[in-house]
Amino acid sequence: MKIFNGLASFPRGGVHPQELKLSANRPIEFLSPPRIVTIPVSQHFGAPAKPIVKVGDKVKIGQVIAEANGFVSTHIHATVSGTVTKIEMCMDMSGYKRLAIILNAEGEEWLEGIDLSRTLKAEIILTGPQIIKKVQQDGLVGLGGATFPLHVKLSPPQGKHADVLLINGVECEPYLTADHRLMLEKGPEIIVGIQILMKALNVSKAMIGIEANKTDAIDHLSKLTKDTPGIKVVTLKVKYPQGAEKQLIEAIIKRQVPIGGLPIDVGCVVQNIGTAFAVYESIQKNKPLVERVVTVAGESLNRSSNFLVRIGTPVSYLIEVAGGLPEDTGKIIGGGPMMGKALNTPEVPVVKGTSGILVLPRMYAKRDPVLPCIRCARCVSHCPLGLEPYLLMNLVEKGMSEEADREAIMNCCECGSCAYVCPAKRPLLDSIRLGKSFIAQQRKEKAKT
Amino acid sequence: MNHQKLIVSLSPHVYAPASVRCIMMDVLIALTPALLWSIYVFGINALRVTLLGVASCVVFEYLLQRYVLKIQPTVDDGSAAVTGLLLAFNLPSNIPSWMIILGCFFAIAVAKLTFGGLGNNPFNPALVGRVFLFVSFPVAMTSWPIPLTNRFQFIDAMTQATPLSIVKEGLKNRIPVVDLMAKIPNYFDLFIGNRAGCIGEISVLLLFLGGLYLLYRKVISWQIPVSMIGAIFAFSGILWMIDPSAYMTPLFQILTGGVFLGAIFMATDMVTSPMMPWGMIIFGAFIGILTVIIRVFGAYPEGVSFAILIMNAFVPLIDKLTKPRKYGKVKNV
Amino acid sequence: MMYTVFTSIVLLSVTGILSGVILFFVAKKFQITEDPRIDAVESVLPGVNCGGCGYPGCRKFAEACVRAQDFDKLFCPVGGNKGMVEVSKILGLEVAEKEVKIAVVRCNGSLKNRPRINEYDGQARCKIVHNLYTGETGCSFGCLGLGDCVRVCKFGAIEIDEQTQLPMIDEEKCTSCGACVKACPRFLIELRYRGKNHQRIFVACSNPEKGNIARKNCSAACIGCGKCFKVCSFDAIKIGENLAYINYKKCTLCRKCVNECPTGAIHEINFNLVRSRQAQNPNVSIV
Repeated sequence: MKIFNGLASFPRGGVHPQELKLSANRPIEFLSPPRIVTIPVSQHFGAPAKPIVKVGDKVKIGQVIAEANGFVSTHIHATVSGTVTKIEMCMDMSGYKRLAIILNAEGEEWLEGIDLSRTLKAEIILTGPQIIKKVQQDGLVGLGGATFPLHVKLSPPQGKHADVLLINGVECEPYLTADHRLMLEKGPEIIVGIQILMKALNVSKAMIGIEANKTDAIDHLSKLTKDTPGIKVVTLKVKYPQGAEKQLIEAIIKRQVPIGGLPIDVGCVVQNIGTAFAVYESIQKNKPLVERVVTVAGESLNRSSNFLVRIGTPVSYLIEVAGGLPEDTGKIIGGGPMMGKALNTPEVPVVKGTSGILVLPRMYAKRDPVLPCIRCARCVSHCPLGLEPYLLMNLVEKGMSEEADREAIMNCCECGSCAYVCPAKRPLLDSIRLGKSFIAQQRKEKAKT
Repeated sequence: MNHQKLIVSLSPHVYAPASVRCIMMDVLIALTPALLWSIYVFGINALRVTLLGVASCVVFEYLLQRYVLKIQPTVDDGSAAVTGLLLAFNLPSNIPSWMIILGCFFAIAVAKLTFGGLGNNPFNPALVGRVFLFVSFPVAMTSWPIPLTNRFQFIDAMTQATPLSIVKEGLKNRIPVVDLMAKIPNYFDLFIGNRAGCIGEISVLLLFLGGLYLLYRKVISWQIPVSMIGAIFAFSGILWMIDPSAYMTPLFQILTGGVFLGAIFMATDMVTSPMMPWGMIIFGAFIGILTVIIRVFGAYPEGVSFAILIMNAFVPLIDKLTKPRKYGKVKNV
Repeated sequence: MMYTVFTSIVLLSVTGILSGVILFFVAKKFQITEDPRIDAVESVLPGVNCGGCGYPGCRKFAEACVRAQDFDKLFCPVGGNKGMVEVSKILGLEVAEKEVKIAVVRCNGSLKNRPRINEYDGQARCKIVHNLYTGETGCSFGCLGLGDCVRVCKFGAIEIDEQTQLPMIDEEKCTSCGACVKACPRFLIELRYRGKNHQRIFVACSNPEKGNIARKNCSAACIGCGKCFKVCSFDAIKIGENLAYINYKKCTLCRKCVNECPTGAIHEINFNLVRSRQAQNPNVSIV
């Protein structure tokens, strides 16, 4: 559907929070690795990896330190060279302690065979299956936030075939600018990465969706893709949650993923800009996923910027580089402000799925008091999935989870648009999440009996 | 953490600036031009009714919540003020003060707080208050001061019937429409608000401007006002085309009475109106049809408030019938 | 006038008789025959529909009782042994007396023992917080203090104590229906024998982390040192996953372990003697 300015977007719902792209003009800075990195073995969706190093082992950058445990799992690599000091439970972004490998950095020694030069290598030598195997070995996951192992996404189930690859350059969350900067600075590499993904999926068409507030990136990539066959840049209206898979698919190619289905059911695969770049590095440069671009931003932060960070770097170190934790800090968020996770301590490591670290002042971080629902229907009209959040909240509060299930509560993508717009400041998403966990529990119990 | 504890909560971590208070303030702002106009037309008396209405609604809500229900008073959300203002707008300017207080008490205590306060009342409290007064004190509620005269007298102003009651009375006595049209203000006067009537309902122009403001602020959506006014226009237009000598023109029907006040400010009350666009259209259209039926075939000259209250009762049903289409729902599943 | 009165009386009577006849036949036709003993059993059950017996309500439990051959697997915790005797009288089956149970909270992370290191802001439900993160304290296994157990208790037997922020179980009201056991996202509540004179002993900690880590977050944590295990002469204490567990079926309430515990994690309830442990270590507050 075209709305007013004629730009494509998903048809229903969505919000437009203040963009606050504080670090949009800050080039990506290379951050020297910290002395100690903490690398959780569970950084991806699926089974945690199995550590294969022992305390005291010497490792080099890029060396596998934990192996994939099953198909939906992926390798973990050392991100500094040095000694394994501990393998123990550490607090990570999940909010819980999970197994992590702690490395002490000693020097900067990369594994042999990794090409660290900056020259562009455009020729793709590997075949499709080889590419899929290689990205698994290099520990690639979707870098947009869901961290789904890439090789799983690139291997469609039997009988299903993708006809188009969508590249997510939307970055609809406020504050975050990591993908934006990557598009501006690593354009040619990203294009090669997309071509590799197209080859792996055996599709001839790829579309890069970018929101209209990143005109420089749109111009840059449009110029680069002018004479590459099959790749097209699509300008999208600025609207959250356009970066969500389902919404992006509908915005670009007008297909709706059925309830309970995956994008592959409508013939498309969605990948993030960051992933495309990581694919380039893995396939062309033989470099595993050991670093990623992270936006560190906040109104009271001295130096909001984008950093190229080793996986496992503590968040507190990043904040220190960005000018230190401001006095008025109320919340530290891993990810964007709409879907990110509030951290209970800054002593947690950056993982593969961390797109940003936000520091919110206390006055914004505190929630307002909850008022009764005035039936304004804003939650309903802003829900991109056509749900009725106010109703779901009422049902969950009354313990009627079966009715909530019938109202498709499980279809909720937790984008937070409902809670964002609610004028009565009702914790709609809190309750919906509660209901979802109740239903998931019930289903599990049912499956047992 | 060296200084203060970090706050942890579920996402989202940022919120839209709009709040319930903002919405209520917007309604008050949108009603201000109409209030100023009625002060100009009816004099200081209009101000008396309005201030008394707002004050007594706020005070009643505070006292009842504080001392009877023993809960934290919620007057600061502004909803009681809006109820008071809308109730006052539905009263003639020469109504005795004690009636206003009684109406406000009924609106807050019976129509709002018995159901659980803001958000839970099935009927628009201001309209319940007005209908209560209208049924209890029909004489006081149907004598309207003549516009622009006796503006500085306090209670015993000269009164006059509203255009709608002139027409109702006339048609009952089989006076032809052409003669009646001579007795009532012309369309321009009706439009700018130079006529007898309740405080807030007279100036169609200013109410319309208020409505535009609310639309711009996204407090209301266009569906209810448009479908309601459209339905009145269409339905009375059909009647008028059948017999122009027995029925009034559709333009007259939409410019008189409380149509604009009702369509823009009363029927669109979020709490008591449907949620989905199609539901709003159905809701508005039925209000329009009911209004014309009451005006033309019923005993009362005016029917907007009754029509809205009747349709308020159907809101849960309309909401059930007009659920939003869920994303990704395949038709044959 | 008379005519009107007359017709209305006649009309109403005729309608009444007619509908009565129709209802009679309908009721006959659609009658459902049911074992009358189900009603009898249901009438002696408590009727709170708490689900403690494992059935969705008292009626379903009554049906199950009537169908059953023996009462091995059927027990109404709310009615207790007395209630089951009543049921067995109706059905003529033997019923074995069962030990009465009560809920205990296996966490002693009060505000004093376990400092709050961050602030949760949002819907106050344990389950939400449990899904989100560790909680306001450093302990990922302890009580979150937001009262999911309070909400599900149909008997009003649980309350969150303001001072400790931990659930307090009212001995009089608790019927051991087990609703709170299911509601606690961290599985901290256990049903244990009420014990002689309502006396019981249990380990009030569920943190399986290593002693030093657990201790860092909570001064009343069980560190799995095994002192209690060594002192117990009835083989009632097991140590596993850095945590001691007292088997209530074997425990004889000798209380040797209570004094042995270095962190005061073992709680004794309803022993009117001096709480020696608390006197020695004022930092540990006992619920």
